[in-house]
Amino acid sequence: MTGRELWRLTARALAAAVRAGECTALEAVSAGWEGPAARWEREVHAIAHSDLEARAAGAGTAPHGPLAGVPIVVKDNLCTCDYPTTCGSRVLAGYQPPYDATVVRRLREAGGVISGKGNMDEFAMGSSTEFSCYGPTRNPYDLARVPGGSSGGPAAAVAYGLVPLALGSDTGGSVRQPGAFCGVIGLKPTYGRLSRYGLVAFASSLDQVGILGRHAGDVALLYALLAGPDPLDATSRPGPPPDVGGWDGGVEGLRFGWPANLWREGVDAEVVGGLEEAAAALERAGARRVPFDFLPGEYAVATYYLLATAEASSNLARFDGVRYGHRAPKSPDLHALYTRSRSAGLGVEVQRRVLLGTYALSAGYYDEYYLTAQRARTRIRREYEAAFSRCDLLLMPAAPTLPFRLGEKLDDPLAMYLSDIFTLGANLAGIPALSAPVTPAAGGLPRAVQLLGPDDGEGLLLRAARALEVRGDRARLDRSHEVEFTWPTKR
Amino acid sequence: MAIQRDEVRRIAGLARLEIREEDLDRVAAELSSVLEYAEALKRLDLEGCEPLSFAPPATALRADEPDGRRLTARQALGMAPEAEGGFFVVPPVLEGQDP
Repeated sequence: MTGRELWRLTARALAAAVRAGECTALEAVSAGWEGPAARWEREVHAIAHSDLEARAAGAGTAPHGPLAGVPIVVKDNLCTCDYPTTCGSRVLAGYQPPYDATVVRRLREAGGVISGKGNMDEFAMGSSTEFSCYGPTRNPYDLARVPGGSSGGPAAAVAYGLVPLALGSDTGGSVRQPGAFCGVIGLKPTYGRLSRYGLVAFASSLDQVGILGRHAGDVALLYALLAGPDPLDATSRPGPPPDVGGWDGGVEGLRFGWPANLWREGVDAEVVGGLEEAAAALERAGARRVPFDFLPGEYAVATYYLLATAEASSNLARFDGVRYGHRAPKSPDLHALYTRSRSAGLGVEVQRRVLLGTYALSAGYYDEYYLTAQRARTRIRREYEAAFSRCDLLLMPAAPTLPFRLGEKLDDPLAMYLSDIFTLGANLAGIPALSAPVTPAAGGLPRAVQLLGPDDGEGLLLRAARALEVRGDRARLDRSHEVEFTWPTKR
Repeated sequence: MAIQRDEVRRIAGLARLEIREEDLDRVAAELSSVLEYAEALKRLDLEGCEPLSFAPPATALRADEPDGRRLTARQALGMAPEAEGGFFVVPPVLEGQDP
């Protein structure tokens, strides 16, 4: 097998080839860099840190295991002891952690090899990967458009063929929305199922490590290897994680909620068309549509941008120029050191959110904003609980639009925040959700839907994603464990 | 609710951030527009809704457990912008005192 072909394989097929000795782990890891990256990376700019020696060292220790030799891109906010971890921020320029995040350790133990660190919006605050100190990542399907964010680098790398799998983080949609914009699957697990140890904190009650992949089966495999309690994460969910081994089991008899009031206005016709297509595919595969009205997304946006910024203002207090990261020179006193280091090191969107969160938590406004948002969070969680008493899964848009143009929302923070209107709810409620591609829009841009499930509903979500992968064709579901995947072509 | 320039200065001070004079109006307008949007929550019926910090069951913290990790002083100081003799170096904590 030549390197040129290896990068097209699923993670499962690639690991099997390595284990069988048909190719070496180093060949498996290098294939994506020699083929697609040589063609795409310079323009797409999905990767913030790559290191040939670290890749070779990783491949040298990884010929066994369920992920033997499988290259994986890891978002730049997950700690890795052999690559810098900078969260796309000047404030952490050059920082190299002395330890691996738990999810990174687990993927290495399974034979996976880190292919590079994925570009991202600074501290995962953004929906377009334009807020990175390394410059933007572009959508491989249209270089004038954004890949979504904040895990735009990992999503674009999976889309153009560098790797079959990537790890991102999802605080308000940062795995699902770039997954949708880049035409790959993006899974945000149930809160606490994937350890947050070694994930640089943005909003701790909402942050969750997520998985991007080209195939439902690959995503299921990586989830099964990474999920489970971690004593190093106090919010890790106790007990065994849900079994996702039945990802190819079909959706016969499943009921999916159809809250059409959410897309009656403000949603692109192409996105609505994608929802209709997905619903029809699920119905062909034996699932049943259950229409009902759901709480409009504006409440989730309002709740999220108060809670997430409040938590961020607290979490990012640690970047003060003392223990690590950027330090302003010649500060006369400690107060000046903090203020100058932070002002020079943190970017415009991060500063905006820290200010907003500081305001929401400050004396006199705490009850009006922060406490009200915490109560709204309970209300939102109850809405989802009520929905899942009537259906097994919810179908809704992943984003209200197709991938937008670079710069389009850069100067309008609220417009940027509204591109998360459909994804924020799952983080607030703590439930699992994924975005899955459907057929591309008329102009060839990726198009996707979002599926949401109850706590520990990852198995159901992956079964539905698989049904969409084969477009609801049950005969195909029976006979094939692979589907053809369309790679972007140069435009 | 509209935020004024003075309010931006006050918040920035609390957050240990420096906002340039020429940026105060822009920042004030941006924060105001998000807070105005957040007024939507006033229309939501929150009767009987207690504040939620974490989605359950993470609200129930687990018991403390021994932690086998070891970070050496060398590792801890290894990424510091300035360290000396096993300590992090900082400028004077109280203004007007010689270092």
